[in-house]
Amino acid sequence: MKSKETNKSSVAELFSKIVRRQIFIPIAALLLLAIFNLVTDPSFYKITFGYNSAGNPVLSGYLMTILDSGSELAILAIGMTLVTAATGGQDISVGAAIAISGSVILRVLCGTNSRPETLQAPIIVAFLAACIVAMLFGAFNGALVAYFRIQPMVATLILFTAGRSIAAWINNNELPIINEPSFGYFGGFIPGIPIPTPFFIAVVCMIIIALVLRFTNLGLYTQAVGINESSSRLNGLNPAFIKFLTFVILGLCVAVAGLIKVSRFSTINYSVIAKDIEMDAILAVALGGNALSGGKFNMAASILGAYVIQFLTTTLYKFNVQSDALPAYKAVVVIVLVVLSAPIVREWLSGVWKKIKPEGHVKEVG
Amino acid sequence: MKKKLLAAIMAAVMVAGLTACGSAPAEEAAAPATEEAAPAEEAAPAEEEAPAEEAAPAEEAAPAEEAAPAESTGETIKVGIINNDPNESGYRTANDKDLKAMFVAENGYDASFAYSNKNDEQIAAAQKFIQDGVDYLLLSAADTAGWDSVLKDAQDAGIRVILFDRTIDADESLYEASIVSDMAKEGETAVEWLKGQGLEEYNIIHLQGVMGSAAQQGRTGALDAAVASDGWNLVTQQTAEWNAEKAQQIVQSVIDSGESFNVIYAENDDMAKGAVAALDKANIPHGVGKDVIIMGFDCNKWALEELLAQNWNYDGQCNPFQASYIDDIIKTIQGGGTVAEKTIIMDEKGFDATTITQEEVDAYGI
Repeated sequence: MKSKETNKSSVAELFSKIVRRQIFIPIAALLLLAIFNLVTDPSFYKITFGYNSAGNPVLSGYLMTILDSGSELAILAIGMTLVTAATGGQDISVGAAIAISGSVILRVLCGTNSRPETLQAPIIVAFLAACIVAMLFGAFNGALVAYFRIQPMVATLILFTAGRSIAAWINNNELPIINEPSFGYFGGFIPGIPIPTPFFIAVVCMIIIALVLRFTNLGLYTQAVGINESSSRLNGLNPAFIKFLTFVILGLCVAVAGLIKVSRFSTINYSVIAKDIEMDAILAVALGGNALSGGKFNMAASILGAYVIQFLTTTLYKFNVQSDALPAYKAVVVIVLVVLSAPIVREWLSGVWKKIKPEGHVKEVG
Repeated sequence: MKKKLLAAIMAAVMVAGLTACGSAPAEEAAAPATEEAAPAEEAAPAEEEAPAEEAAPAEEAAPAEEAAPAESTGETIKVGIINNDPNESGYRTANDKDLKAMFVAENGYDASFAYSNKNDEQIAAAQKFIQDGVDYLLLSAADTAGWDSVLKDAQDAGIRVILFDRTIDADESLYEASIVSDMAKEGETAVEWLKGQGLEEYNIIHLQGVMGSAAQQGRTGALDAAVASDGWNLVTQQTAEWNAEKAQQIVQSVIDSGESFNVIYAENDDMAKGAVAALDKANIPHGVGKDVIIMGFDCNKWALEELLAQNWNYDGQCNPFQASYIDDIIKTIQGGGTVAEKTIIMDEKGFDATTITQEEVDAYGI
């Protein structure tokens, strides 16, 4: 009898543990989408091997599209998670900041001529310049939030409004086009490698952030600041600096995402590049089960959340849903997730589970 | 005490500002000030009198001083130009450049510019121009509604209004002329061309612009009519919101689904470019004499170059060069004549990749 009880409770506990685990939310969403696609059309998972028009091997199929297109979002989700954790607010200027950093990259590569025959500078130089600029804009946002104590959404609203004009101004309002094929590798395929490059870039970013979180106190400090700013100050942290730092890191993520974006078409359109991506990035953080009010975070869950959003987008495209209706579907997902991730609902769910499960379990043991 | 002083100063400044507005030609104080500085400076050197020298450096502080030279010459025509944000698109950039090149002091104009994509800001700018006493108000309205009262004010003040690029829902008597593109005709020209290709079957991917925009409605309407009358098949009809990346994802989704298609009808060049990127990735030949016909709109220079290289098949023009038409109208009115037609539809071409020449690319590319 006694052993049964402990068994009972251990299974219930295990389940409630799983439900309470943060990464459960994006995984559940992913499974739901995956099963939906499997039932409606298993060919969704078909991956074919072929060659693109340049003669390079490529893998294609819906799954590859998800890995490809979701990567910028995953990279942004990394920075957005840190900002959210430390400040309890979100940066809504990332789309505009991508336009700026993309514009900087093209400006450096093109020099004064908007249609250069050859690159005017190595790509790495352009990328580093974009990193610096994006981090400066991140620092601007960060300073407003950390030192002037402006609400993050209000502070980043400035850049959100002005960013695309700044991006256009950087290139004198011209539309630079780069003919050099190697520039297209970052948003396409490296010759001989059939997996889209953005995915590799995203993986590198994930590894870096994993190492940083593992070997530095960044994760601990951001969470401490997010949970209770004054107590973290009493413990010798500098909350303002930590907040500032998260925005600078987000700036770096923006520069990487900007490189991929402009590389995709080797050009830029200031008004539509990375449009509304800030909302998807915030949604990724929410989908990861992270509290948008700051505090504890789970980086892996956020990144997975980003790919789940792309999974959803691709699924909707597949079913020919009008793409201007996409935001409405995403809104439904957000509502479901936010409700599900509310502590009250989760307590209730595991309570319900506890009531149902024990009987079934007794039978099993019996 | 301090507050009272501050209030007094502010009141004084405001009164000064109001009186200044009454006589000032250029409105540096207004929001779009940055762009206005340029034409104002250009205007200054053209005046023979000494006050011009003063005006240029002092313009920011005291716009009133500029009134003297402008009025003294009498021949210059004061125009207030309200346009959409030039960063909006390549079309708008070309449009703005064209206007800026036409309305300069050398041509006898004293132009002030105001930019906004928001109707209420545009109306505020119009009211400002009316106060400033411009001779002509040139308007590309962000939205069709809400212009009646402000245009009536203009009429009462003896200001002539000329609409360009976009029409408004207002009584015809309120403006002198309206110079517009006929989007429906653009679509019809393109669809006629497509009919002329004599394909055995038409399986079309239709990439739409932002739903509800005039360009989208005109260009979609023509295709929808042909689909209904000629039994063409729309493989997919989606809005990619003028966005290359969305277009790429939509076309990618069709490719992944394995459906066959032989025409891509994109309502602007950017979306055609996105579609082509997806085709290239899947190694689907496109262009003249190839599997898939590519159609775009707007005649960006890079797009016409794609036509010249026979990678695309067709590009429809949306003529942004309205300045010469406006100039003609103003000359007619100044000369005491009347404008025969209220609505002037500009000539717009459609280019075929098999016949396009380098000269046409240079002349019509924007």
